Amino acid sequence: MTCLPSNPTPKKLGLVIDLDVCVGCHACVVSCKEWNTGGYGAALSDQDPYGADVSGTFLNRIHSFEVLPEGGEVAAERGEARLIHFPKSCLHCEDAPCVTVCPTGASYKRADDGIVLVDEDMCIGCGLCAWACPYGAREMDLAAGVMKKCTLCIDRIYNETIEEVDRVPSCVRTCPTNARHFGDLADPNSAVSIMVAERGGMDLMPEQGTKPVNKYLPPRPRLPLAAAAAGREDTSGATGFFAWLDGMLDRI
Amino acid sequence: MHPALSIIVFTTASGLGYGLAAALGLGLLNPALVSTKLAHFVALALIGGGLLSSTLHLGNPQRAWRALSQWRSSWLSREGVMAIVTFVPLCISAYAAIFHSRYLLLPGLLGVAGAGVTVYCTSMIYASLKSVQAWHTPLTPLCYLLFAGAGGSLLGLLFAAAGGGDTPILALLSIAFLGAAWTAKLAWRRNMENMDPLSTPESATGLGNLGRVRLFERPHINDNYLTSEMGFRVARKHADKLAKISLIAGGIVPAVLVLGVLASGASGLGVALAALAVLSHAVGMLTERWLFFAEARHAVMNYYGG
Ligand code: SF4
Ligand code: SF4
Repeated sequence: MTCLPSNPTPKKLGLVIDLDVCVGCHACVVSCKEWNTGGYGAALSDQDPYGADVSGTFLNRIHSFEVLPEGGEVAAERGEARLIHFPKSCLHCEDAPCVTVCPTGASYKRADDGIVLVDEDMCIGCGLCAWACPYGAREMDLAAGVMKKCTLCIDRIYNETIEEVDRVPSCVRTCPTNARHFGDLADPNSAVSIMVAERGGMDLMPEQGTKPVNKYLPPRPRLPLAAAAAGREDTSGATGFFAWLDGMLDRI
Repeated sequence: MHPALSIIVFTTASGLGYGLAAALGLGLLNPALVSTKLAHFVALALIGGGLLSSTLHLGNPQRAWRALSQWRSSWLSREGVMAIVTFVPLCISAYAAIFHSRYLLLPGLLGVAGAGVTVYCTSMIYASLKSVQAWHTPLTPLCYLLFAGAGGSLLGLLFAAAGGGDTPILALLSIAFLGAAWTAKLAWRRNMENMDPLSTPESATGLGNLGRVRLFERPHINDNYLTSEMGFRVARKHADKLAKISLIAGGIVPAVLVLGVLASGASGLGVALAALAVLSHAVGMLTERWLFFAEARHAVMNYYGG
């Protein structure tokens, strides 16, 4: 059924991604591909894997953006632009447009935990759901001819045959900086919900009306260049030997 | 958006086919004429061929029947269901005309309604996508319906002229539909050119309050499914030229030729002019459909610096 379940679902499992912490190492990209190529559904194929024109199916990709504040100075590495690494995978939207457009019933949103999945045996590979997703979270596997997307590692999170610490999505388990967190965003007392409340977690493209479950924590504010430099110039707080040195150096 | 040949051929052929079926369903062609029997056959062939072409881009076409199941939510599914349902009155009408030289009112009108609804469903597949802002307007279905009307009247005119039947009504209909369709299309294009983007790199990343957002590095160096499917770009100067070509070939030339048909009636010259009008219109429509995809920008490109 590609009609959406009644919203909100009792549980809203999803990710919280901390843009302040991600260093853009792509470890989650690799671990996602590694886990999911052998897990749920068809393998994540690569085309021309050892050639010049290599491409392949990924469920999680890292983009890097440069953000330049209003009136900010562009001065090579010392400029005021910030480099922000930006992991992106399916946001398991509440009003998922990718689900309702699917003609076959292959795409669906689970009524109990809100995970958006593709039943690959029903998918005809028409690609319409990838068009409907504004985030680019769905990729057609060119070898299997079916649509692939993040499953929130459904074959890990409920898997009682693996250790409890591993029952989180592969990307979350792998991230060396703890930039990715998994939990129930419908529960206001879950760690992820508290993080979102405290750090002002945000939706991507709210204007698209998709109501994403996944949230992004914005980078923490940074001092403007001038202010940071001014702080370094101010020596009035120096005492003892440093105060003497400060005075001596000023006099020379 | 990537202009896939199979989809361009499908929407153009099925638009022409349903338009012709509607002209036949309204009883505008004399069912006793051999040319009308041929017209029924051509309409069904265009529709069927278009549908077959649309399955060519599927990853798993052997399961295409499953696409009929989700008509409650999916315009693509509705289109499939309506296409099949509409075949029933169209085939009955074709049977009556081809074997009994008769026009049947009820199947005829049902066929007209079915053709209209099917074309509407096709257009709503695109118009319902908020992620492609240029398509997300009621002008999209309006254009599709009016273009189907224009192509159908032109084809009808050709068959009427070829069979020596009445041409004036179809000629006037052709001109009226061509005028209305291109007026709607120009409004559609103006809408696309003047709209403020709904989503921007700032809203896509949520980083707009920090400053201006610019892509620094793509996830991978090479293209991926998303960039090749949705990152298609056509240079503005070429797009403008192609838009003019589509208007001239798809609208102005056929309209002038139809005036010639009006003047010369169902003569040899009239048939030749009508055939040229159909040909020119088809070329114009293929160009128009190519641009419909090529010019449309997908929201995901906010993440890819496009
Ligand atoms: S991010 Fe895209 S694929 Fe995932 S639920 Fe939302 S619309 Fe669907
Ligand atoms: S590609 Fe598959 S999952 Fe996506 S809309 Fe088509 S049938 Fe549904």
